[in-house]
Amino acid sequence: MALVDDHAAHTHGHAGAHHEPGFWGKYVFSQDHKVIGIQYGFTSLVFLLFGFTLMMLMRWQLAFPGKPIPIVGALFGQLNAPGGIMLPEFYNQLGAMHGTIMVFLGIVPLAVGAFGNYLVPLQIGAPDMAFPKLNMASYWLYFVGGVIMFASFFVEGGAAQSGWTSYPPLSDIAPDGQTYWLFGMLFLIFSSLLGSTNFLVTIIQLRAPGLTWMRLPFFVWAQFVTAFLLLLAFPALQAAAVLQGMDRIAGTSFFLPSGLVVSGQQLAVSGGGSPLLWQHLFWFLAHPEVYVLILPAFGIIAEVLANNTRKPLWGYKSLVYSVVFLGFMSFIVWAHHMFMTGMGTVMSTFFQITTMIISIPSVIVLTAFIISLWGGSIRFNVPMLFALAFLPMFAIGGLTGLPLGLAPTDIHLHDTYYVIGHFHYVVAPGTIFAMFAGIYYWFPKLTGKTMSELLGKIHFWFSFLFINGIFMPMLWQGLAGVSRRLYDGGESYSHAQGVLGLNKMMSYSAWGLALAQLPFIINLFWSMAKGRKVGSNPWDATTLEWAATTSPPLAHGNFTEVPTVVRGPYDYSLPGAPRDFTPQHEG
Amino acid sequence: MEIPYNTEARPDTGLYNAKLGIWLFLASEVMLFGALFSSYILLRTGAPSWPMGREILNVPLATLNTVILIGSSVTMVMSWASLKLKDFGKYRLYMGLTLLLALGFLVVKGFEYGAKFSHHPPLYPSTNTFLAIYFTLTGLHGLHVVGGMIVNGYLWGPGTKMWKTDPERFTNRIEVAGLYWHFVDLVWIFLFPTLYLL
Amino acid sequence: MSSHDDVESVKKQTRAYLMVFWALMVLTVLTVGVAYLHMPVWMAVGVALVIALFKGTLVAGIFMHLFDERKLIYWVLALTVLFFLVLLFYPTLSDWDQRKL
Repeated sequence: MALVDDHAAHTHGHAGAHHEPGFWGKYVFSQDHKVIGIQYGFTSLVFLLFGFTLMMLMRWQLAFPGKPIPIVGALFGQLNAPGGIMLPEFYNQLGAMHGTIMVFLGIVPLAVGAFGNYLVPLQIGAPDMAFPKLNMASYWLYFVGGVIMFASFFVEGGAAQSGWTSYPPLSDIAPDGQTYWLFGMLFLIFSSLLGSTNFLVTIIQLRAPGLTWMRLPFFVWAQFVTAFLLLLAFPALQAAAVLQGMDRIAGTSFFLPSGLVVSGQQLAVSGGGSPLLWQHLFWFLAHPEVYVLILPAFGIIAEVLANNTRKPLWGYKSLVYSVVFLGFMSFIVWAHHMFMTGMGTVMSTFFQITTMIISIPSVIVLTAFIISLWGGSIRFNVPMLFALAFLPMFAIGGLTGLPLGLAPTDIHLHDTYYVIGHFHYVVAPGTIFAMFAGIYYWFPKLTGKTMSELLGKIHFWFSFLFINGIFMPMLWQGLAGVSRRLYDGGESYSHAQGVLGLNKMMSYSAWGLALAQLPFIINLFWSMAKGRKVGSNPWDATTLEWAATTSPPLAHGNFTEVPTVVRGPYDYSLPGAPRDFTPQHEG
Repeated sequence: MEIPYNTEARPDTGLYNAKLGIWLFLASEVMLFGALFSSYILLRTGAPSWPMGREILNVPLATLNTVILIGSSVTMVMSWASLKLKDFGKYRLYMGLTLLLALGFLVVKGFEYGAKFSHHPPLYPSTNTFLAIYFTLTGLHGLHVVGGMIVNGYLWGPGTKMWKTDPERFTNRIEVAGLYWHFVDLVWIFLFPTLYLL
Repeated sequence: MSSHDDVESVKKQTRAYLMVFWALMVLTVLTVGVAYLHMPVWMAVGVALVIALFKGTLVAGIFMHLFDERKLIYWVLALTVLFFLVLLFYPTLSDWDQRKL
């Protein structure tokens, strides 16, 4: 990433008053939001790839249960995979860590840490984040948390293996990897608290003159609501992690009921705890977390759609009110993850109602996006392709959620592959496609070069094909009653026999999806070095990050002079305007 | 380009950056302790029997600690007021007192913990759910006290350099540190009756 | 923070801080005292909670200047308090119609 900063430094020089930081201060312990954004982006992409690799190993076991893993099988040692055949404990580690890594180390840091950090100050016309030192601390806490999570694979007993939800009592009595998981999680939570505080203060305090709330790009609104969710929801998991840590280290029984019998032996603990307490605290975080995963994606899609339809986003205000309402409601739906835990009917009714209500703003957002396409002169470039694919993919993900939010249907579908299919449709071809759209869209901002359209299109079409090949069959399997977290993929269950063949299809699709990422990785590095050089506003965009600065932006301070905003974010194709776009700061 | 509103307030919000920042941070702290108090309520209402805190814990020592912590809150706010009155010597004095009182709080807490561990039979977090809650909540609160002492210690010692270069911003820092410190006091005000008296 | 921080108003505030200190001392003694009155549990909890709330209001309102704060802070805290209450009571209430208390 050195390239990016160097380029800016040499081309544009510095304000002069600034003390020039050395190599370490510039690229490693940088306090500049752009460098931190790139650090976040690079680290989270590596973690995404790592988490994806774990899943590909699991897919081998699911497609060919009990067969030795080819080529790499010998790498995992006798403890995890004797003779290359994966043990159930190892399978559980892969499953728990795949979820943890994808959510907490991959997508959230990419969506918020990378995109948010890099773009929010630029889009609001600010010189940097409000607290640059906290910003740096936030990245390094995240990094340490990631290292702890990664290291847990190498401790005795392996990494956490009680699912990404770490439900007790199983997690309380699991091997040491779970303790690493808790400590890693505490670091990630601190990181996210510092980060979200920083985002909120930046957006509230550092908006450029004239940039009123209703002139903010929708991406900034999405990040604003996301930061609130992170700020107020994560502490519940922090508390839960402290309590589980006490259970595991100090021998308390917050989550262990009296008289718990494990392997035929009564556990020697004081008892009196409640496993359900963990579920409440965990889901108090983890439901808002779902919206943390999807809101930044909404933000990116909005920017890409408006720019590539060359017309204003339809229903900007409804979009803003919808995400604010989504954020609010996301705090009072969490118990729909717990319909099967013996909840009272009154309370379960309440949560079914709130769950149905929260689907309304999501539908408003999606509808506004689709109507935005109407009558536009659409440019089918790579970011737009990913954005267009996001719409039906997120729709499938969202709509498959409704039967899970109603207790009667949830009884059948709970803990089946249907659930896995549902949330992966939201997060994988939903959020991750939006992330790809964002990477292709803002790459010229970071480097002053564009990515290859051809490689991008290969990447898009094969990803689109294979990702549906993975997740669509999961919905079918789930409807047939195949339970998630099965080591053999359902082979030993008679009711699963009819849909067992799909396992191979899904696994081949998963490995195909991995191959489809090669053009992206090549594209990323090749374009950094040899991509076509473009001007500062290659997409003819209106928002400040393109219109008021150079590409790449200045190394310090972002703007040569503070822009004054005079209009809304998406003034495309204004009647009577000289061009089909009118930047926010142009009168 | 300097980051705006580091010292002076932004006209439309009426706040400088750090003040908004600390209140947002405290909001997340409210949720952290909210989750822990919630656990307390759930575990206590679900328990067949629950010991009375005052029969196990040392109420006089905890009352003393309440007095100490409230006192430190007063000295903290006085140190800020002294800076407002441009009296740096008094600031040093009040901040020093705040640090000493905080240390006193931890020493008393240490005696309390020590007495539990040397009790016959010893009382550990693993003894029962009540003690588990007691040690977890007071321990976490104690960590907050330590964190506040580190910040206050910095602002009492090396951090005072800023008073010469940018007194207004330094005064703001004391206000922000004070807001955190009062919050730690506030948590104790609720912990004290919950754990010791009920 | 008061809108005009002149010397007079700061001096007036410091007098308020000392008064709050003594009020908090009295309330601390009071809450310890009533705890030994052997009230029924619900009443003891109620009294202790009311006293703690009162003390907390004094600390937040006067020491933390919340009685004289900007609207934005009130909004942030109102939102926080709402979610705080949900988090505080919902987990216990989730099976309330199935409990035999």
